[in-house]
Amino acid sequence: MAKTDSSPIAHEQRRPLSPHLQVYRFALTMAMSIMHRITGVGLYAGTLLLAWWLIAAATDASSFATANWFMGSILGRLILFGFTWALFHHMLGGVRHFIWDMGYGMEHPEREYLAQGTLIGGAVLTALVWIVAYSVR
Amino acid sequence: MAQDTGSMRTPTARVRHLGSARSGTHHAWMMRVTSLALIPLTIAFVWIVLSLVGKDYGAVRAMLGRPLPAILMLLFVPTGVYHMMLGMRTIIEDYVHAEHVKSWSLQANTFFCAAVGLACVYAILRLSFV
Repeated sequence: MAKTDSSPIAHEQRRPLSPHLQVYRFALTMAMSIMHRITGVGLYAGTLLLAWWLIAAATDASSFATANWFMGSILGRLILFGFTWALFHHMLGGVRHFIWDMGYGMEHPEREYLAQGTLIGGAVLTALVWIVAYSVR
Repeated sequence: MAQDTGSMRTPTARVRHLGSARSGTHHAWMMRVTSLALIPLTIAFVWIVLSLVGKDYGAVRAMLGRPLPAILMLLFVPTGVYHMMLGMRTIIEDYVHAEHVKSWSLQANTFFCAAVGLACVYAILRLSFV
C-alpha cells in the first residue's frame, strides 16, 4: 500500500478513526437527517414571526396592519412558504422517527421509501395549504 | 483492598453516593412526548391560520379570542417552544465544543425560548380577555 500521508506515526500504531461526513457516499437518508435539523432551526427562527404576528394582533389595528403588510409582501410570502414547508417536512420527519422508534422501517428499501415519502408528503401538504390559502383569500 | 469487583463504578463515585440521577432519558422522552402532541396541534395551528387568511383585523381578533382556537394555540405554542428548546439544545451540544461558548449558547437558547413562548402566550391571552 502506497504511503500517501505525512503522519509520523506508523500506520499500524494509529488509533482507529470513526468515519466522518466526507467519506460517506451520498445517501438520501443522510440528506434527510440533515434536512430535519435545518428545518428545525428554520422553525425555531420562524417562531419570531409567529410572536410578532400574535403580539401585533393583540396590540392594535395599525400594528397588525404592519405585520400583515410584511407577511403579504413578496419576501414575507417567501418566508411563510418556507416556514410552511419546514413545518410539514419536519412533522413528517418526526412521524418517520416514530416509525423507527417502534422498530419498523430501518431496512434498505423501507427507509428509502420513508425518506421519499417525507419529501413528497412535505411538498404536497405545503402545496395544498397554499392552494387553499390563495383560494380563500 | 476489599472491593466489589462486580461494580464498574470508581471508589470515589461510590463514596460520594452519586449514582444515576435517573434523568438520562428525560430529554429523549420529552422529545417523543412533545413530538406526538405536536402532530395534531400543528394541524390545528395550520387550520387556524388558514381560516384567518384574508380576514380583517376585527375578524382575526374575534377568531383568535374564541375559546377553541385560543386553547389550541395555548397548547401549540408552549409544546412547540419546549420541543424546539430541546432540539436546539442537542444541536448546540453536537456542534459547539468550546466550554464557555457552549454554556452561554445553552443559556441563550433557554432564554430565547422562554421569551418567545411567554410573548406568544401573553398575546393569545390578551386577545381572549382584553
